[in-house]
Amino acid sequence: MNRRHLRFFAALSAAVFPLTSAAADALSTGAWSGYAAADARLFPEAGLYTDQRQAFVGFSAQPEYYTAWDGDNQSLTVTGFARLDLQDETRSHLDLRELVWRITRDDWQLKAGISRVFWGVTESRHLVDVINQTDAVEGLDGEDKLGQAMANLALYSDWGTLNLFWLPDFRERTFPGEEGRLRPALPVDMAQARYQSAAGRHHQDFAARWTHAFDIDALEAGLDVGVSHFQGTSRTPGYVAFVDDGGRITLAPYYDQISQTGLDLQLTTDAWLWKLEAITQDAKTADRHTEAVGGFEYTFVGVMESDADVGLISEYLFDDRGDSSPQPFDNDVMIGARVTLNDVQSTEFIVGGIVDLESHSTVLSVEGSRRIGESWKLSIEGRAYANIDAADPLYPWRREHVLSIEMARYF
Amino acid sequence: MLLTALCASPLLWGPTPEARADAYAGMDPEQKGLAIAQEADKRDTGFVDMTADMRMVLKNRHGESSERQMRMRTKEVSGDGDMSLSVFDTPHDVKGTAMLTHSHALEADDQWMYLPALKRVKRIASRNKSGPFMGSEFAFEDLGSQEVEKYAYKWLRDEELDGHPTHVVERYPKYDYSGYTRQVAWMDKGMMQPLKVDYYDRKNDLLKTQTFSGYNQYLDQFWRPNRMYMINHQTHKSTELSWSNYQFRVGLKERDFDRSGLKRAR
Repeated sequence: MNRRHLRFFAALSAAVFPLTSAAADALSTGAWSGYAAADARLFPEAGLYTDQRQAFVGFSAQPEYYTAWDGDNQSLTVTGFARLDLQDETRSHLDLRELVWRITRDDWQLKAGISRVFWGVTESRHLVDVINQTDAVEGLDGEDKLGQAMANLALYSDWGTLNLFWLPDFRERTFPGEEGRLRPALPVDMAQARYQSAAGRHHQDFAARWTHAFDIDALEAGLDVGVSHFQGTSRTPGYVAFVDDGGRITLAPYYDQISQTGLDLQLTTDAWLWKLEAITQDAKTADRHTEAVGGFEYTFVGVMESDADVGLISEYLFDDRGDSSPQPFDNDVMIGARVTLNDVQSTEFIVGGIVDLESHSTVLSVEGSRRIGESWKLSIEGRAYANIDAADPLYPWRREHVLSIEMARYF
Repeated sequence: MLLTALCASPLLWGPTPEARADAYAGMDPEQKGLAIAQEADKRDTGFVDMTADMRMVLKNRHGESSERQMRMRTKEVSGDGDMSLSVFDTPHDVKGTAMLTHSHALEADDQWMYLPALKRVKRIASRNKSGPFMGSEFAFEDLGSQEVEKYAYKWLRDEELDGHPTHVVERYPKYDYSGYTRQVAWMDKGMMQPLKVDYYDRKNDLLKTQTFSGYNQYLDQFWRPNRMYMINHQTHKSTELSWSNYQFRVGLKERDFDRSGLKRAR
């Protein structure tokens, strides 16, 4: 090793050593949290397809490690997730929900790694929320998301926050197995996933979102606005049928290239929340279309002289593709109630239904949770389907009534 | 003991309570009540920002208890209510949940919540100031910043409370959806901070009593209690708040109290 190399290594180690020792300090001051849970999913009716089971027992865990340094201006978050399903082995999976470094300065913040992002305001559907892939074998509400590789730069100003995203690696949607429930009519073979882009899952996706909170003094209201644009691989697959090696007709997920612009608004005044989410999406292999969800939540506080709050929620769901839409909510109304007991156990539940105004196809839903003791939490989630029209995309799910019960231990 | 000694020292207090009492001479009870509230507000102005840890112990009528821990950050806003951010550490299932409040004197507060499980920021309707905070006996309005304009006042009398000279001031919430018809506050004449508050419900029945203790002075000006105890006389449930690690002027920025600041608060 010549002198120049020596100098280089000396400089390098001088630069790296404080970094590693800072990192070591940070790691030693970090903290673990998370949960481990057992759950059961019960389907009262037999499935439409042979071999489908009616009861599933599973275990899941989501440990998280967080450490911060530089006066909390830098942090590292690592969140793992594991699911073990004793009946449907395709539901068993591991995911790195987060592995992300964050640096915050006065007017900007950068996040790099694997992370999760949520956009939007409405209850019945999440239209503008497009960054992360849905972990579709998890919760029934589609709110569980897979980790997404990203670099996210946030710029703060008096004009709001601008978030820029570079999304270099695509995650495929998860699907239940053949013995599983809540699956399409034909089995889905994830290994056969196809892409519109020749770059496949390595297509480089980009997104931007501007958000701002306004005061509207005339209405004594606050207005939260988000405008977003996404350019890249659709998180929602279409399907192409093919004949597999065994001669069976099987579905392959097909991921189109889309360009989607979204708007989300929430007007908050007194006991009213007025909400709107709308997207317009253009796809490489489909015409431009528009979807929207809008409505309100009105909260009665301290009902009947108790501590409980009851919120009435109603939203209208629209899709200009109408009956030809691959998703079921094209001209539907959601009505629901959120009950928050405001008790020591933080008991809350939300019940509701979405009715198609033309076919009267109806999805009923209940979600609730309650803390038990200091560290346990009991959650229930249920769905039922009624009057499902043969032309409705939910028709294959007409018998998939389900009740899921989960007991989680938080640490 | 220490508290009594400090309160008795005129050096710490500028005008003695007796001298200040003259300032209220000739006022009617409403004017005097307001003047006392303004004096208390003036004494507590200028702290700039503050952080503190809070431990909350909830007890039901059978003595069973439950605990919550959170960290609070507050930034003073001149001409309006303060901004505050609370982050929960326990119970574990709500760890990382953060609540951001921009409080206002008369309008409803602006309030956002960050739910870490979904990474979701939700703006919440803030009419519910009378609702319980995390299942405790404290309502949101009991913990919010106490702006002078939030109440109308009436001085009732001066009396000693546990050996401390106090002004007893009645205050009437101006906020339409307050859970109270009135509150009676015993203001320590030395610190100009409350030692006790009685809360009367919408039917004007005594609902709760809050007592404050373990006051310490920070930056030679600002008094903060180490302990607040709230007993509900109607349900016999109680909540004790223990405050620790008060720090002032730590350099919090407005940015820490906007929507984007919520997501990185933990």
